[in-house]
Amino acid sequence: MTQTAKQFFDEMQGYGNSLRGIYLAYQRWLAGVPTQQLAAKRAEAELLFRRVGITFNVYGEEDGAERLIPFDVIPRLISASEWAHLSKGAVQRVRALNMFLHDLYHDQEIIRAGIVPNSLLSNAQFRPEMVGVNVPNQVYAHVAGIDLVRTSESQFYVLEDNLRTPSGVSYMLEDRKMMMRLFPDLFRKYPIAPVEHYPSVLLNNLRSVAQTGISDPTVVLLSPGAYNSAYFEHAFLAQQMGIELVEGQDLFVRNNAVYMRTTQGPQRVDVIYRRIDDDFLDPLVFKPDSLLGVPGLLSVYRNGGVTLANAVGTGVADDKATYVYVPEMIKFYLGESPILQNVPTYQLSKEDDLAYVLAHLPELVVKEVQGSGGYGMLVGPTASKQEIEEFRLRIVSKPDNYIAQPTLALSTCPTLVDQGIAPRHVDLRPFVLSGKAVSVVPGGLSRVALKQGSLVVNSSQGGGTKDTWVLERDDVTLENAPASITSMLQQQEGVLC
Amino acid sequence: MLSRTADHLYWMARYIERAENVARVLDVTYHMSLLPTESSHELTLWDSVLEIAGIREIYDRSYSSIQAANVIQHLVMDSQNPSSIYSSLRSARENARAVRVAMTTETWENMNTLWLEFGQFIQQDLTQSGLSAFCEWVKSRSHLFRGVCFGTMLRDEAFSFVRLGTFMERADNTARLLDVKYATLMPIQEANEGAVDYYEWSAVLRSVSAFQAYQKVYRDAIEPVKVSELLILREDMPRSLHACYAEIMPILRQVAGSRQTEAVRLAGQMHARLHYGRMLEIVKTGVHAFLDEFILANRTLGEEIQRNFLTMPT
Repeated sequence: MTQTAKQFFDEMQGYGNSLRGIYLAYQRWLAGVPTQQLAAKRAEAELLFRRVGITFNVYGEEDGAERLIPFDVIPRLISASEWAHLSKGAVQRVRALNMFLHDLYHDQEIIRAGIVPNSLLSNAQFRPEMVGVNVPNQVYAHVAGIDLVRTSESQFYVLEDNLRTPSGVSYMLEDRKMMMRLFPDLFRKYPIAPVEHYPSVLLNNLRSVAQTGISDPTVVLLSPGAYNSAYFEHAFLAQQMGIELVEGQDLFVRNNAVYMRTTQGPQRVDVIYRRIDDDFLDPLVFKPDSLLGVPGLLSVYRNGGVTLANAVGTGVADDKATYVYVPEMIKFYLGESPILQNVPTYQLSKEDDLAYVLAHLPELVVKEVQGSGGYGMLVGPTASKQEIEEFRLRIVSKPDNYIAQPTLALSTCPTLVDQGIAPRHVDLRPFVLSGKAVSVVPGGLSRVALKQGSLVVNSSQGGGTKDTWVLERDDVTLENAPASITSMLQQQEGVLC
Repeated sequence: MLSRTADHLYWMARYIERAENVARVLDVTYHMSLLPTESSHELTLWDSVLEIAGIREIYDRSYSSIQAANVIQHLVMDSQNPSSIYSSLRSARENARAVRVAMTTETWENMNTLWLEFGQFIQQDLTQSGLSAFCEWVKSRSHLFRGVCFGTMLRDEAFSFVRLGTFMERADNTARLLDVKYATLMPIQEANEGAVDYYEWSAVLRSVSAFQAYQKVYRDAIEPVKVSELLILREDMPRSLHACYAEIMPILRQVAGSRQTEAVRLAGQMHARLHYGRMLEIVKTGVHAFLDEFILANRTLGEEIQRNFLTMPT
């Protein structure tokens, strides 16, 4: 089958004109709404987002203007049974990854068992400083974003695990708030699982991983500051959890403890939900010129004077070079078979894989092992000949730096674009939270590639977001929808009169 | 609360208040300049605007002479002038953005909307027309800012530092306005054998929304000494120095708690002078001398607040 003839699975219509059951009520509703009205709703949403200041800064853009992440008013639906499968799989994966991190920084049994190679220990994301350090509850990735894509009715893949400082959850929450404001009627038609409790689950988890003996731990969110692209999210989460939003300059280390500078003098900090990369956390240990971190923080951390979430050194587990071993980890640590599958992946450090990949570049997606945010990747089918040849040279000079995967036929979801409603490719990032238990709030960030044919959904590359509706039941019909608010009001008036 | 958070809140409020006061002076001066008058007097008017804002030197670096259009441009949109309304509102919003968590959603959205609305004025030439409407807008946004803080914020430290910023800045601005006007108008008055310039002094009153209050309190012709009394000593006049310190005092006592701080001592000292002072004594030592001393003391207090609460040593 040639690329052009390839059929993509559509979230609403499947492979053709067969409407998928859960979308039935939505589609009927949508058919009665003129496109201009949807566009007006979108404009209203943009105005509100701008007023609230839900903006992000784009690196490398000179004017430094704050931009909105495009918001699409058409939701992405996930059935109750699909969600049961996905959430179980995501939780299983994160449990295994946390056990892997603990093992890697302690006994390294998985290496001794020959399941992952020794070379992982020389990976730049492996932090020798963490060897032998015990973290509360043995939780490393307190917040994990698991990127999922779908290629058919029944096939989901894990595209990657984000275990460092995954972002995007504020859009899950704000998109939902916006949808409830714009289309309250739809929330009467559908049993949509709520997501608003995410910050409270997160806060409970963060409190549960304070060092033992602290009865009322002080939790703070450490941000690089107002010029960071994810600052809105940092501010939003801190506010929702009712905790201080701090920057490196607000914290200092004394007597094996971390304090924040307050108007009433120093105050002890027990748990730091940090949204700063490892490299910038402590200039005494990592990047010496970093102004974002706190000098001496790591030493306190290693001595158990403070908890960091996520832990230092989680990057080694979400590295694209480690990714291929996750299914094996699940079997090794949990004795279970993986619920969610990996995308078949070529490791270019292996000679056979390298040869195959170099011969099939136009069909493949090649990613830098340590790249993120959609930077440093080649999408073969949409790249020009010149781009492919340039990338080939980079691969040949440093093959260990890359992995390759077949170009996936990402599912599409109806999306409002300039030409009207058209299918656009989507992915899904649910957020898995680990504390005393591992859980996932029913929903996630649905990212959509707004450019026709594009498979890159990252906001830095022109992607947008959609609200994700996880249904609590799948038997959705128009008939069992509750009465609309207007008719309820009319009834009440009738009684009053 | 975090010292840095307190610092941002305090300066956010100061910058909003500063923008409002610049707008007030500009608006009133613009109205004055429309009255039939000699052109030399009109220049004095615009010159005093620069003096009140304390930016004469910065202005002279960019412009060779005093001209209404230049002064307006400089005070409204000039990003090089740290006291321009543009600079103040931008700083206010940047401070707000840095600590949006510490304020209520309404307060933040109000600040953000202010900045978004301001964008529509940037394209306009306010030196020709529309200045009054613009100044009205600045004033009403400032009213709205205080209102949303007052109406939505928990009465905690965050609220205290916002209020503190407002009154520290207002005290400085009222003192400067009165000082400059006193210095320029009194010699003219003496030369004219004591004839009081009704329009000038009523403009001073209008610029601090005190014209009606003056009529109510004194039921008399406008006299410079009474204007000074109203703006220095009357506790019930919301933009007077006394009124500002009546707010500053308890706020500082509260945030200092049981700690002994220089800020509380200085504020108490000044508050006592304003609370128990008499206009007769101030006139005896000289209104100008009194105001100069006040402006200096107020600045020193600002530095102590910074040292005691906003930039904490480790």
